[in-house]
Amino acid sequence: MPKSTIYLDHAATTPILPDVQAAIAEGMREWANPSSQHGSGRTARAQLESARERVKKALDWPGEVIFTGGATEALAIGYTRAQALRRAASSVEHSAVTRLAERDTVIAVDRLGRVDPSQLPSADLIAVQQVNNETGVIQPALGEAIRAKGAVWLADCAQGAGKLSLPDADMVAIAGHKIGAPPGIGALLVRNFGLIQPSGGQERGYRAGTENLPYILGLATALEADRSWLLQAAVLRSWFEDELRDMGGEVIGEGAERVATIGAYRLPGVNATTVLIRADMAGIAISAGSACSSGSLKPSPVILAMGRSEEEAREVFRVSIGRATSREDLAALLKVLRGLRR
Amino acid sequence: MIYLDYQATTPLAPEAREAMLYWLGADGFANPHSPHRPGRAAAAAVAVARDQVAGILPPGGRVSFTSGATEAINLAIQGLRPKRIAVSAIEHAAVLDTARACGAVVDVLPVSPEGLVPPDAPIAPGTDLVAVMQVNNEIGTIQPIAELAARAHGVGALFLCDAVQGAGKIAAPQGADMVAISAHKIYGPKGIGALWRRDGVELAPLLHGGGQEGGLRSGTLSPALCAGFGAAAALCKDLWIKDGEHVEELWAIARAILTDWTINGSEDARWHGNLNIRRDGLDVARLMSDLRDIAFSAGSACASGSGRPSHVLTALGLCAKQAKNSIRLGFGRYTQGREFAEALKRINAAADAQ
Repeated sequence: MPKSTIYLDHAATTPILPDVQAAIAEGMREWANPSSQHGSGRTARAQLESARERVKKALDWPGEVIFTGGATEALAIGYTRAQALRRAASSVEHSAVTRLAERDTVIAVDRLGRVDPSQLPSADLIAVQQVNNETGVIQPALGEAIRAKGAVWLADCAQGAGKLSLPDADMVAIAGHKIGAPPGIGALLVRNFGLIQPSGGQERGYRAGTENLPYILGLATALEADRSWLLQAAVLRSWFEDELRDMGGEVIGEGAERVATIGAYRLPGVNATTVLIRADMAGIAISAGSACSSGSLKPSPVILAMGRSEEEAREVFRVSIGRATSREDLAALLKVLRGLRR
Repeated sequence: MIYLDYQATTPLAPEAREAMLYWLGADGFANPHSPHRPGRAAAAAVAVARDQVAGILPPGGRVSFTSGATEAINLAIQGLRPKRIAVSAIEHAAVLDTARACGAVVDVLPVSPEGLVPPDAPIAPGTDLVAVMQVNNEIGTIQPIAELAARAHGVGALFLCDAVQGAGKIAAPQGADMVAISAHKIYGPKGIGALWRRDGVELAPLLHGGGQEGGLRSGTLSPALCAGFGAAAALCKDLWIKDGEHVEELWAIARAILTDWTINGSEDARWHGNLNIRRDGLDVARLMSDLRDIAFSAGSACASGSGRPSHVLTALGLCAKQAKNSIRLGFGRYTQGREFAEALKRINAAADAQ
């Protein structure tokens, strides 16, 4: 990437942490197959199991950890292999869930993008994310309400894990590349293996395929990283949003609890594509909605689900900040935005 | 430690490692699906890698990246939604288990005592998918893919070839409609594989979401894994002949030293980087514990530890006892002749001492 780029798209993916790079580089020296019975294989196996324990400890997770190729796969396992007949998913889930849930019950959200715990449907499996990837809105505590329904809660925590405490969910999907590990590694955390059907193969029969030990070591290292930067992120963002409001901009989901790293905004009357192009010309990387859906001209289903018009939805852009984001970075974006207001 | 388990996984080529490091670094981390400048740079790296991987696959098709060969095989079988599928008796569990789990009627094609599927194996009418591997992972036998693919097409079926053990080593399988490969068997990283599809072959996706890989396989791609896979594939292509000659030299060394062993599976129709051998009465667990600094296996890594006799060896007609008297030695690019010979002599001595 050119050094001049101001990267404000950390929700799409965030730089790989130096400690993680080192852990992966070290892991690449241990290239044996963790399923092999010989000494090299057993060494790899021991490292794999140790990484699993580190992940549990870093996330304070008492259950099992199944390593996957990413959050999309973790969600697919959790959603489709759950022992459930009736499934329901919120209307603001990532497309990794909504595409699986096309025939299932939809759980509506309020204008701030939140699920109402008192309005949950009857279902065996309820998928509600922890943090929305486009707006940063954090869902309220749902554990008790979901248990009262006799349901199992699958929480997509791709954007929250490593930043917030995990919710009180039965299954949790995480993604390495949102927290300083590379894309290509994730995990499904399950309270116990009884919640899902086995598939055979590795990971105690719950995920077939040779384990990618270097990336697994990277994931464990990323989860152990210091989180104190999030305080600084909250301060920066609050300043950015004050400035944005001053120029007539709107903060989407304002009033809801939001993660400090992701914000969705609109400048009324300015199409988000225009914002993106002007930012790109100024060497600033931001996005409209999720990276996955970028390039499509459809308005974001998340913003529409929050009761916005298509016209408003087309004006929403996302700014997401990371460890190294500075006030100057955000000031440069504000300058671009001011230019568009005139 | 001398590593003789190249079928379980291969060492990571320094060139592949080097190609990965930039994309793990501070300048190369962007999401290849983001439209901004850094995203486009990552996407370009993925495109280059895709071309490099395509270089060891047949012409006239498309390469989709997956998390490994297991996922590629699952995508091929489940994505086609076959009603009747024929598989060889010696397929990897990724094919056998997926075929059984997908709800199709499964016909098993038997193999000869040499470990080869007969090229004229009968394929039942109504079969819509035939899956036969290119090179067997336990015994290294090379299957007559072109003939079997033609037979599959004769009954209107598509042909899937698990080329995990053959890719980058022997010519790409001919006549297949889908080919699954893995990076970590060709000196690339773990965590990435690919499914090649002949143009026109349509599949339903397995993983839904962001719609990456043309909608076939959602999930953010790892530019580092793609780059490592691409570099490994390009290197295999460059070293094709040299790697092959090296393996032949190692094979000759092994055949000269391991004279008191019986080879499981054909000697000739075989990738010569695989030596699966047996001796009556051999206690493999004891052999492994006597030779802790030689890494070899008693079958596939995936099934190791299960205690069951190998389904591949029993398919050759070996009894359970003979199957359990067998070991697998795998070698390749980084195996050095002298230490290889030394290790084989020690294997002989340890087996003699039992």
